[in-house]
Amino acid sequence: MAEIKVIKRPQLSLGDKLYLPAIAKGLFLTFTHAISSLRGTTRGAKKMRSSGLGVTMQYPEEKWDDSLPEYYRGVPALVTNEEDREKCVSCQLCEFICPPKAIKITPGEIPSDDPWAKVEKRPQAFDIDMTRCIYCGMCEEVCPEEAIFLRKDYVVTGSDRSEMVHDKDRLYEIGGKRVGLVNKWNDLK
Amino acid sequence: MDPFFIFITVVKIITITFLVVLPMVAYAVYAERRFSAILQDRVGPNRTMIPLKIFGAKKDLNLPLGGLTQPIADGIKFLLKEDFTPNHVRKPFYWLAPALTMVPSLVTVAVVPFGSDLRLGDRIIPLSVADINIGPLFVFAVSSLAVYGITLAGWASNSKYSFFGGVRACAQMISYEIALGLSIIPILLIMGELNLNEIVKYQAANGWLIFPFWGEGLSLKGFLLLIPCLISFIIFTVSIFAETNRMPFDLPECETELVGGYHTEYSSMKFALFFLGEYAAMIVGSALIVTLFLGGWSLPFGWSESEFMSSGSIPAALIHVGCFLTKVIAFILFFIWVRWSVPRVRYDQLMKLGWVVFFEAALVNVFLTAFILYYVR
Ligand code: SF4
Ligand code: SF4
Repeated sequence: MAEIKVIKRPQLSLGDKLYLPAIAKGLFLTFTHAISSLRGTTRGAKKMRSSGLGVTMQYPEEKWDDSLPEYYRGVPALVTNEEDREKCVSCQLCEFICPPKAIKITPGEIPSDDPWAKVEKRPQAFDIDMTRCIYCGMCEEVCPEEAIFLRKDYVVTGSDRSEMVHDKDRLYEIGGKRVGLVNKWNDLK
Repeated sequence: MDPFFIFITVVKIITITFLVVLPMVAYAVYAERRFSAILQDRVGPNRTMIPLKIFGAKKDLNLPLGGLTQPIADGIKFLLKEDFTPNHVRKPFYWLAPALTMVPSLVTVAVVPFGSDLRLGDRIIPLSVADINIGPLFVFAVSSLAVYGITLAGWASNSKYSFFGGVRACAQMISYEIALGLSIIPILLIMGELNLNEIVKYQAANGWLIFPFWGEGLSLKGFLLLIPCLISFIIFTVSIFAETNRMPFDLPECETELVGGYHTEYSSMKFALFFLGEYAAMIVGSALIVTLFLGGWSLPFGWSESEFMSSGSIPAALIHVGCFLTKVIAFILFFIWVRWSVPRVRYDQLMKLGWVVFFEAALVNVFLTAFILYYVR
């Protein structure tokens, strides 16, 4: 036969049954929060760089930018290498992997008189729709050329949808030059 | 009728409604948001500015007001939003309900004495719109009507959530109204008076009911009477919380279970009327508690009895009005403080509290008061 286990209910004291002491305790607790909130001594206020009331930071005036971690995933952007070559070879792997289909690439050929003709391809147009992007970082992960990176910028604003699409120029502007990466297309190749 | 009387009454109605109560309602909302924020380690709305840009100016006017213009912004938002009437509602009642919740709160303000009598020449002007001899009865008669608004809203909205909100409002009303009415009988026994202005005058001379430390209050009888008065005070205050549908008892709207409760189907200004009606009820409730238990407009320690304060001159009356408003505001802050500290009680707990605890306590309290009054000289 199954063993029946009887769990003892907690015995409520008279004070518990009356509710009132518990309510007074709760009121006192919130009141201590109010006091420390007004005095700017809320726990964690300093760490959160609060504006004086509670722990809230006043956002546009105060920002976390300098304490963003290395692995922060902000807007995706394209980068150039030391020699100002566009690293992207428009292989379209990122376009393929992007979960919300935010990336649209029109591949283009590099003309044969270009010093980088051996790379063969570069994007003619490269649009990332920031209203779709979910900052997952898949594009960065998949790129065989280390050409696309998630930067630390996170303020993307626009007054209509077309302004929220980052075109190639904008992507290179955000990405800038990235040095110290594997240089796949060096002179020996 | 005396034309002067009519004129002064109209002036009082306009001043009290449009210069005192309605601004207080607007700023009670602001106070609620700011104070709750402070209690929860937040900031609250603190940066509304005057948007001169949309009128063509170069820059918005950003005064360091700490968000004091927030109620104006809220008001404009409510006025400009689409007033959507769903197809499935019963229109006449749907339109009537918001007004029915707002109006009783504003009507009850009529009997609340805002300050001591004003003496203009040989006329004595009481500072309440209607100086009637059935004050508390009038308040109960009118303020219980507010529940019709909520019930009608719940029924006319023709949606399950609203309907439950309405039903709950009804059940809640019958479970605390009796305790509410019984809890003030001890006061009437002590005062022998139903005129709110006279009740305040009595307290000015003999000590506030729950703070009787001057005049006749400083006697054995005074201290003994403190016990039933405190019980009354607790029952009355808790019942007022239920009456105004404020936090521990806000079962009719109860966002976690009923979406928006009785006002789920309402939008724009109709919703605002419900919302502001709740705050108006809170202000009237605070004013009532202050009038009945905390000496209304009177200053503590019998200072209102001094020659200057009882002369009826304009500065004396103004000081009394200020005193009254200070007490009311303090009580509103207390309402807000409770709302953000105490969790919502369950539906059956509220009914039990009303019927099993408060009803009996109030009844016993009546006999206790009568006993003290009869035997202790
Ligand atoms: S971060 Fe993710 S969602 Fe955004 S573009 Fe890259 S793959 Fe697409
Ligand atoms: S960014 Fe990388 S993955 Fe995307 S098309 Fe260019 S090279 Fe390919």
